Amino acid sequence: MELEVFIIQTLVKILVVLLIFSALAGFTTYLERKVLAFMQRRLGPMTVGPFGLLQVLADGIKLFTKEDIVPTNSIKPIFKIAPVILPATAFVAIASVPLFPEFEAFGTTIHPIIVDSNVGVLYVLGIMAIGMFSPLLAGLSSGNKWSLLGGARTAIQLLSFEVVTGLSILAPLMLVGSLNLIDINDYQIDNGWLVLTQPVAFVLFLIAGYAETNRTPFDLLEHEAEVVSGYATEYSGMRWGLFFIGEYVNMYIVAFLTVLIFFGGFGEGTLTDGFCYLGKVLFFIFLFLWTRAAWPHVRPDQLMWLTWKVLMPLAVINVVITGLVVMF
Amino acid sequence: MSLDAFKNRNIGSQNYVPVNIENYPTSGWDKFKQVVKRGVGKELFVGLWVVLREMLKFKIHTVQYPSEVLPIGPRYRAVHKLLRLLESGNERCIGCGLCEKICVADCIRMDTRVDENSRKEVVEYSINLGRCIFCGYCAEVCPELAIVHGSRYENVSEQRAHFVLKDDMLTPIDFLKQQKEFSGFGALSPNADQLVKKTPLAY
Repeated sequence: MELEVFIIQTLVKILVVLLIFSALAGFTTYLERKVLAFMQRRLGPMTVGPFGLLQVLADGIKLFTKEDIVPTNSIKPIFKIAPVILPATAFVAIASVPLFPEFEAFGTTIHPIIVDSNVGVLYVLGIMAIGMFSPLLAGLSSGNKWSLLGGARTAIQLLSFEVVTGLSILAPLMLVGSLNLIDINDYQIDNGWLVLTQPVAFVLFLIAGYAETNRTPFDLLEHEAEVVSGYATEYSGMRWGLFFIGEYVNMYIVAFLTVLIFFGGFGEGTLTDGFCYLGKVLFFIFLFLWTRAAWPHVRPDQLMWLTWKVLMPLAVINVVITGLVVMF
Repeated sequence: MSLDAFKNRNIGSQNYVPVNIENYPTSGWDKFKQVVKRGVGKELFVGLWVVLREMLKFKIHTVQYPSEVLPIGPRYRAVHKLLRLLESGNERCIGCGLCEKICVADCIRMDTRVDENSRKEVVEYSINLGRCIFCGYCAEVCPELAIVHGSRYENVSEQRAHFVLKDDMLTPIDFLKQQKEFSGFGALSPNADQLVKKTPLAY
């Protein structure tokens, strides 16, 4: 009986998370276009529906009905499977992220987290890193030089920033002593937000998060001015749309992780705290769009320089200092 | 009067900002210092502030085109119109043929005859828009202000000829009241006063 309830609950949660985040990914594209437009003194989408709200729907219809082109010289099975990897890993990763504090509904306590794993952070970051295979394989299989360059840039970006992500998050984890995201959240109830004790780790993690989700200062993979559209050059229709859904879900994961690890998460877990939590997440989503409006891209060599000569040493020093403080 | 008076560029007070470009850093330590200055210092955050300020000010410059259009100046040369006399509603064109003669692209064609009152009547008048270069000579030379350039720049049709036969260009007799007088060449646009700026040279 217990097992059946557990299975049904989990299936329902999976379905809800899938639906919400697919829709949210679409809605965030709308949000992004609006925010970017306002920052550039434009109006953004206005024609479809009130304030252009139905633009998401129109885009969806367009993506679903577009011709699905598979280039002649591509390696077809890999070309076809590559776009699935990114959203798949993103949705798998989100399984371990608490999306809301526990609350009472339908006579039971609902835990809005699919898998309360004791290696939560490690799991989420690991699965997100696997998502990088998607642009890499897409770039390699497209049979197009721009795609190939985009794919190659994926590799350098992954190799560079995975190190910074891991090292930056190590210091707060040493303080908490657990990889479980809910433990990290609970630690901050008593000890204050970790951003106050680990500001360097926060900045490093945020920068690495931007690189991992291919967002603007580091979107080398589809740098329009240099490599047309990078790994996505040869994709059209829903295959291209899948890349987008994956990217936006990854943005949400990074925002959730940042808030959970550094900004107190949902704290005590009351309903107000829950909405504060979502508000903080939305702020970090806004920050993603904000930086996109304000900052230019970096070059690949600048990215490598930044990672290996600045961010990684900083992260290591941060870990060492934190270790000394924890020891004595 | 010497040439100095002309060389003195009396441009008044304008907001020119001199750009101060520093030398590029050469050593690694200088590069690092530059990154710190730009990243931790002001530059990155000034960028963020500027876009946020524009968002909060919400001074949108978009013109939502089909529902709102920008005013166009009276000098604008779009597809031609043939006007009527306001009092009687008769056609202004007297069939003199000057426009046909002056047309540099040779795209105007007219056919006239003498009617029963011994007046010259224009039977056919057409402009080949495929050849027309919209120079405006036809309108300038017209002694009766009959052929003028209109302001209609949104043209959709299957053929160019649909805009330029006599019936299409002539003001319909029912719409005589709405016929706008051509304000003439060299006419200023309605918002000319706001656009005028001091010339930066003392001529």
